[in-house]
Amino acid sequence: MRNSKQKRADWLSVMVIGLFFSVLAASASAASDGTKTSSSTADHTRFEELKGPFVDGPAVTKACLKCHTEASKQIHKTKHWNWDVVNPATGRKLGKKNIVNNFCGSVVSNEPRCTSCHIGFGWKDENFDFASQENVDCLVCHDSTAKYRKLPAGAGHPAYQDTEWPPQSGKFIKPIDLAEVAQNVSATNRRNCGMCHFLGGGGNAVKHGDLDVSMINPGPYLDVHMSPEKLNFTCSKCHGGDNHLVQGSRYALEAKDTKGIDIPGRTDGSRASCESCHGMTPHPETANVKLNDHTDTLACPTCHIPEFARGGYATKMWWDWSTAGKLTPEGKPVKINDEKGHQIYNGMKGDFRWGENVMPEYRWFDGTSRYTLFGDEVTGDEVVSINNYGGDPNDPNSRIWPFKIMRGKQPFDKELKTLAVVHTWGPGDESAYWTGYDWDKALEAGMKKAGATYSGKMGFVETEMAWPITHMVAPKEDAVGCDECHSQNSRLKDVPGLYIPGRDRFGWLDTAAWILAALTLLGVLGHGGLRYIMRRRED
Amino acid sequence: MKRIYIFKRFERFWHWSQAALIITMGASGFEVHGTYELLGYETAQEVHTTAAWMLICLWLFAIFWHFTTGEWRQYIPTTDKLVAMMRYYMSGIFTNAPHPFKPTQLSKHNPLQRLAYLFVQVIINPTIWVSGLLYLYYAQWGAWGLSWLNLADVAFVHLVAAFMMVMFLIAHIYLATTGHTPTAHIKAMITGYDEEPENSDEE
Repeated sequence: MRNSKQKRADWLSVMVIGLFFSVLAASASAASDGTKTSSSTADHTRFEELKGPFVDGPAVTKACLKCHTEASKQIHKTKHWNWDVVNPATGRKLGKKNIVNNFCGSVVSNEPRCTSCHIGFGWKDENFDFASQENVDCLVCHDSTAKYRKLPAGAGHPAYQDTEWPPQSGKFIKPIDLAEVAQNVSATNRRNCGMCHFLGGGGNAVKHGDLDVSMINPGPYLDVHMSPEKLNFTCSKCHGGDNHLVQGSRYALEAKDTKGIDIPGRTDGSRASCESCHGMTPHPETANVKLNDHTDTLACPTCHIPEFARGGYATKMWWDWSTAGKLTPEGKPVKINDEKGHQIYNGMKGDFRWGENVMPEYRWFDGTSRYTLFGDEVTGDEVVSINNYGGDPNDPNSRIWPFKIMRGKQPFDKELKTLAVVHTWGPGDESAYWTGYDWDKALEAGMKKAGATYSGKMGFVETEMAWPITHMVAPKEDAVGCDECHSQNSRLKDVPGLYIPGRDRFGWLDTAAWILAALTLLGVLGHGGLRYIMRRRED
Repeated sequence: MKRIYIFKRFERFWHWSQAALIITMGASGFEVHGTYELLGYETAQEVHTTAAWMLICLWLFAIFWHFTTGEWRQYIPTTDKLVAMMRYYMSGIFTNAPHPFKPTQLSKHNPLQRLAYLFVQVIINPTIWVSGLLYLYYAQWGAWGLSWLNLADVAFVHLVAAFMMVMFLIAHIYLATTGHTPTAHIKAMITGYDEEPENSDEE
């Protein structure tokens, strides 16, 4: 729905916002562009502790901790810090630290690159000190200048001096003025969260499908809650929580929140479901009265997010690692873009397919997931579901949810029968795939870090990973219309276990009954015809 | 011509408004079922539901009317002239034989009509009504202790009844043309007066 001009405008606005705030940095007025939403009682520009200069990120955190004495201890208990979560459905360990996905693979053995999105400083290998208070990065979430940015491969640190990126490119990332950022902290805004969550999987819009930089300043069509022209919600409006515990994890999702509208003190205190504001009968009496009858079976986003990746950026739908490794004669990875400018091949990563304005796939979902973790059996004979979402039409807690299904091919160990942990990133390290382009070495190094010994026999297995779609909520006029599901060509045509009027027939009954009706008609027509002929003969 | 007042004003109003509503419900209902596309699902569903409530109101009035006027007796089955009627439809009608049944105010319907209308009122209507209301109030099943119901089964029963109604309608419309002239019965249903040729017996 958006052209490339608008797309450029979006990127431009990201940059302009930075400029804008460097001018208006001291202003406490909440700007309507949604990157600053402070109603704080403290003007941090006036604090001696924040005058700087600061040598590095941890130095800033030390200053923060002088007043916010408990902040790091709170962060230490969060998923954002530990990347380590126990799956309540299985008791097994999930979190970025533990899972293997079908984008970049695993964090293990690739820390400095992956932890550029960690909420701390210095997680460069398995020896990171998770008890360190000063290694918590306050600024990445609380910067209101839109200038703070971690280095792409700095283990969570921003640039403290001119830093070349990409390596040997001759391009340099300028150092951050840490004092300026520290003096301009505020409650989190959409950009803060987005700099990791919009850019996950290696770039803008790659991973989620419903989160990309268009959500920094979404128009009302893109997101009716977050648009500055509408409610101007920040992420934490719904995902907020006490003690820095951000609510609404995808690892254990509330597929049907029957607790109703969330009244403080009476319910679970979480606003991370549509129902916690809208309840289970969200449609007003002026709407079609049947709409509220759908909430038992359909999750809200099933109708209210008609498509994902509709902010003007395509999301990655397919990633085939098996074709990676093509290099130019100079030894650089081959890169191919399609006519729209989407990269469809990269020698480092393989083949890609992208999708814009994508209709989700619909599946029963009860909120639980069972991951295929490192060590779980993978034979290579069938498509592996990375996160295997639970759900059943006969389970009252399951509903039909929209998903982005990310598909692709990724390395696995044929003898150990497990998804592989691949050492991809490591400049100057020949065992890193992106340095040496040798799968065997990369698997050997990666799996060693994961505590296993690579068998020497690897292959590629097709995998899929389901991402529930919950953002990019369209205005009601743009919700999915009745006949998009209640029809022969239904969006839900592959969803089993329920009767949908207009989609479902009773094959033999429809046929037999229409034949009977036709025979009745023929009978009366015959009778009438005979009457007509006989009467005429008599006359 | 002999003119007998057969169908009272309410009866005629009932008949024709019911006819319009049933045809509307059939047309919108089969669209909801996905048989064809005309109004769009949402509009079809709204039309179907609105017409259903109007028809239910009409039925309530009609039931009241039938019992207060005693007209319900018109549908008591009888074997009197039943065979003669069948024979008439099978042969007499083609040879211009006299109609074996003469409507009167006390007995408006021939014995086959009585059976057909009784079937509609005792079998088709209650089936379509109960299954339709259950269909509409699907979300309340749990509260009503009906969680064991299954939407597909309810829809199935509703559809079977709807098909029976379609077949009834075809036969009914055709039989409406079997008066002494093709439009005689229809006129009677509009004006209330049944016109019979004076000496039809001798004709």
